[in-house]
Amino acid sequence: MADEPWRLSRAYSVPVERAVYDPRRQIGRWTLLAATHMGRFSNLVVEMVRGLPEWRIWVPRTIDQAAHVGVGSLFIVMLTAAFAGGVTALQAGYQFTGSIPVYFAAGVIVQSLILELGPVLTAMVLAGRIGARYAAELGTMRVTEQIDALESLGRSPISHLVIPRVVAGTLMLPILVLFADLTGIFFGWAAARQSLAITNADFVFGARYFFQPYDLWYSLIKSLFFGLAVTIMPCYMGFSAQKGAEGVGRATTTAVVTASVLILALDAFLSQVLLL
Amino acid sequence: MIEMRGVYKRFGEHVVLEGVDLTVARGETMSLLGPSGTGKSVLLKHINGLIHPDFGEVFVDQQAVPLLGRKELAKLRKRIGYVFQFGALFDSESVFENIKLGITNEDHAGDEPYCRARVGECLNLVNLPPDVAEKFPADLSGGMKKRVGIARAIAGEPTYLLYDEPTSGLDPVNADIIDALIEKLQGELGVTSIVVSHDVRGSFRVGDRVALLAGGRIRMVGTPHEMRESRDSAVRSFLERDFGTPTTT
Repeated sequence: MADEPWRLSRAYSVPVERAVYDPRRQIGRWTLLAATHMGRFSNLVVEMVRGLPEWRIWVPRTIDQAAHVGVGSLFIVMLTAAFAGGVTALQAGYQFTGSIPVYFAAGVIVQSLILELGPVLTAMVLAGRIGARYAAELGTMRVTEQIDALESLGRSPISHLVIPRVVAGTLMLPILVLFADLTGIFFGWAAARQSLAITNADFVFGARYFFQPYDLWYSLIKSLFFGLAVTIMPCYMGFSAQKGAEGVGRATTTAVVTASVLILALDAFLSQVLLL
Repeated sequence: MIEMRGVYKRFGEHVVLEGVDLTVARGETMSLLGPSGTGKSVLLKHINGLIHPDFGEVFVDQQAVPLLGRKELAKLRKRIGYVFQFGALFDSESVFENIKLGITNEDHAGDEPYCRARVGECLNLVNLPPDVAEKFPADLSGGMKKRVGIARAIAGEPTYLLYDEPTSGLDPVNADIIDALIEKLQGELGVTSIVVSHDVRGSFRVGDRVALLAGGRIRMVGTPHEMRESRDSAVRSFLERDFGTPTTT
């Protein structure tokens, strides 16, 4: 044994040459992993497009999902928007007092909500609420062989499970954003009335002075992209879940984190593309 | 007829199947025995294309399963009923909805009176009362879930039935009920079946022939009598392990 030092590492199942950290191996592994995910994700998107003609299957399920996403998320979305509107008004009041005409505050409140806070906060809330749910549901179905069972019955899991969730989320997010914008503006107005010496006429003037109809379109177009991000990523993560409860937990966490980062990245990208 | 030739499958570094050859004739019930973790379920999933082989060929009715396109594969799967080890029932749907999903004929699937009648018929075939249809999988016992899984698999009137460990996790009484049910369905539906199990007694009872999967290959195929008489060390060791002494049942 003393003449054969390699035996020590064999005993712990770690070959000597692998015990040394090799950054090239690590980069290789990451590259392979990224390529695998890209391939699988592309395959999911292609399967979704191929599943669209099976509308008899996905349309009724989309309506169910839309009710879950829309009605179920409305309260928390409006609550978030109410706080966002109120806080924006209070901070505008703090910064503008005595230096800038007060109607500017109305412009800031309305524009901040329509252009940024409404879509981004709503999407973030949905990433947590809907994204986590989709990833956990589909992940559990994957590890308990329910998705295999659908396939074994000659049915497409994409048409039954993924398309309804993605379409419902993508369509419902702009509607929820509209509610969020209206709620945020209302509570922004109420907070501005309390904290600033602003009249209703000044508020309406300020809001209309800075508003352009394209801003609303921009908000809704952005919401569509966010809706796609907060549904398709969790569906993909859930579909790829492995190894029981731990795998489902990991898929859920990854889904929420990925969807949230994607929202921020898309926000930056779409601002460049659509506003400038 | 189901035919597998030289099927090889590995997951990462782990080689599961190393050249499996197996033929199941029309109308036959084949029991596939083997210790846990030898790839019995993996082998079964090759037959309906849930898993594709790395090498080798899988034929069902002379159709090469791994080469089938999306639509052809879906069509083939509608003729193959698959009973999953843990039921794999859709837990957000009622038993009725679960079994209805098994009605794979699209003309019938939209016909509500037909579906009601067929679900009742399938529940009756697996010895479950009609009121079970309104329950959810969470309300059922392990044995009932297995039977609902079988009812879903037969709802589409398949030509083939694949059972993945239909009696695992059940007490001996319930295991006997499931074995009797497999025999009964075999008699009444005349389907070609493969029953994966590590329960020797049950496999000998339901199988016309028995195959032993060991070391990634089919070690032996024969009638229950031939298996009992075998001098092959792996076969004897497997049969002795199950009963403590060489089986005579």
